Amino acid sequence: MSILVDKNTRVIVQGLTGREGSFHAQQMIDYGTKIVAGVTPGKGGTKHLGVPVFNTIAEAMAETKGNAALAFVPPAFAADAILEDIDAGVPFVASIAEGIPVLDMVRVAAALRGSQTRLLGPNCPGIISPGQCKLGIMPGFIHKRGNVGVVSRSGTLTYEAVGQLTGLGIGQSTCVGIGGDPIIGTTFLDVIRMFNDDPETHAIVMIGEIGGNAEEVAAEFIRKNVKKPVVGFIAGQTAPPGRRMGHAGAIISGGQGTAKEKYAALRAAGIHTVESPAEIGATMARVIGKSKSTSRAVVASRKPSGKAGKRLARRRK
Amino acid sequence: MKIHEYQAKSLLAKFGVPVPRGEVVFKREDARAAAERLGAPIVVVKAQIHAGGRGKAGGVKLVKSPDEAASIAGNMLGMKLVTAQTGPEGRIVRRVLIEEGLDIKRELYLSIVVDRVARAPVLMASAAGGMEIEEVAKERPEAILREPIRPETGFQPYHARKVGFGLDLPVALANAATPFLQSLYRAFLEIDASLLEINPCVITGDGRLVALDAKINFDDNALYRHPEFQEMRDLDEETPLELEASKFRLNYIKLDGTIACMVNGAGLAMATMDIIKLNGGNPANFMDVGGDASEARVKNAFRILLSDPNVKAVFVNVFGGILRCDMLASGIVNSAKELNIKVPVVVRMEGTNVEKGKEILRGSGLNFTVANGMKDGAEKVVALAGAAR
Repeated sequence: MSILVDKNTRVIVQGLTGREGSFHAQQMIDYGTKIVAGVTPGKGGTKHLGVPVFNTIAEAMAETKGNAALAFVPPAFAADAILEDIDAGVPFVASIAEGIPVLDMVRVAAALRGSQTRLLGPNCPGIISPGQCKLGIMPGFIHKRGNVGVVSRSGTLTYEAVGQLTGLGIGQSTCVGIGGDPIIGTTFLDVIRMFNDDPETHAIVMIGEIGGNAEEVAAEFIRKNVKKPVVGFIAGQTAPPGRRMGHAGAIISGGQGTAKEKYAALRAAGIHTVESPAEIGATMARVIGKSKSTSRAVVASRKPSGKAGKRLARRRK
Repeated sequence: MKIHEYQAKSLLAKFGVPVPRGEVVFKREDARAAAERLGAPIVVVKAQIHAGGRGKAGGVKLVKSPDEAASIAGNMLGMKLVTAQTGPEGRIVRRVLIEEGLDIKRELYLSIVVDRVARAPVLMASAAGGMEIEEVAKERPEAILREPIRPETGFQPYHARKVGFGLDLPVALANAATPFLQSLYRAFLEIDASLLEINPCVITGDGRLVALDAKINFDDNALYRHPEFQEMRDLDEETPLELEASKFRLNYIKLDGTIACMVNGAGLAMATMDIIKLNGGNPANFMDVGGDASEARVKNAFRILLSDPNVKAVFVNVFGGILRCDMLASGIVNSAKELNIKVPVVVRMEGTNVEKGKEILRGSGLNFTVANGMKDGAEKVVALAGAAR
């Protein structure tokens, strides 16, 4: 089943005709993603990569029944692009842009409250449900369809973890990059909740980093509610305090947001923590190897119902 | 981007925030003239560096005459100031602020930051002015008032009332706090600050609120909206190698170890430092060349990494997505030839076009160590750096 995106996802690419947009849209099409529209103001009425282009998101939504947007828009204009998506009622939007001014994101966060839109990112690689839909800039070929959900604040470190999992024959249900900025749309907590409710996800990899307390909040939820095994890694064990480590959100400020604190919270929640980034895949292999019977029991005990149940039943046939 | 106290105060003054009269000087003789112009019975001489904790370190002195101001300023200029925030290497004082001394009745703490959880700017206030807010937060978190300011409504007088009465200010002063805080908030938004801190904000004997100190950090992502701020940048306060790296859009932070790292992506770059440490080595830097690094950028990255004399070995760790491993490999080979790299280089590549990339490294005739996975790479580079000692 996967979360957030699947084979029914109909994607609108903002900035489709640009250099970056074209490159990644082509990769997505090659992966099998359904791109139904592009938006480039001033190029409405044309076609690009065989996809109709519109001037505004609202037009694209009305004409193509898109249900997700991916924004390739430079940081100075990225907040405006997201606000346009919210205005048009796009249900799911991923923003790749790195370097959006934080006060722009404050306005976006306000507009998201009470809206119909879920935002992923910004400053993220996007999301992929292997074999179904790639909505982002990650290399598709390293993924393999399966039952481990991956959620991470980083891009290439996620690829690293996915590469390790696939190398060990462990497939993924959905891999979500939530982004490295201090203000993001979808948090660890949101994704972990969804993985917990997704019958196709049997185990979870959570990759955090220094700064903020989103890992701790998610760990508390896991402690109380999640029976599926979780493997956790936190990047930045050696990061000096007070310095921004590449990502705008990766900073230890006033002694808060250290890897040490986060590891302690993860351990207290019963998460299988890994100190070496090279051991993420191997640890998951060990954990699901051990708890295979329990994770099956978890899935079996949950009675799938409604649409999800039907889809799952179909898939099992 | 950080700026000096005197620059922060002059910015705030433009928004109507009351600050003490004063001027910055670069030379001893100018300090005397500046103090004379102030004509105040007490004058404060304040060292201007981009780090806090100056008072305890001897960077803030009260004087009673222009002569004394000149002699104190003369001592400060050129001196190395070591504070709790500078690290043991300290900072050279090149500018001092000559300012009127005020009759201080009370000291308060005020700041505005964007809070990640509230997803909005938060006004923070405490009656414990002059203290490090981190210490107050640790010892008495209840002593800090926090007022999130929603962008839908903006700053409202009730925010100021909650802060004013929350700090037990007399009624007249609580009223005066409204325009003060309003100006502060307007400044925060209009200059795209990531931090605006007034510590202390003082209540004077004649009942005024004045920003006695001011610290402003700008949101680097928003600097493109304020090209005029560039002239406030003080390059003397920045690490030369980091400054050089920023010219090529390389994210570089110098550390104390011996193993240089070159990585694509911030998370993987941090994880690479971590795995070096786990294997008994010490990272010499954080370096993120970005997801879309070109050959030229790889070359500049190498040049900057190798300018650090402590570096004994280099660990290149790349997971190719958009960045193709063959392009990276040619970049490494060409840099090694052009820069005449002498230290051992361990390369670990994975992802797009990895086989082509490894082929280029092997066929280069140069002595690279190609690693199999992150762990293998870390072990190899730690061994090589140890052997090179």
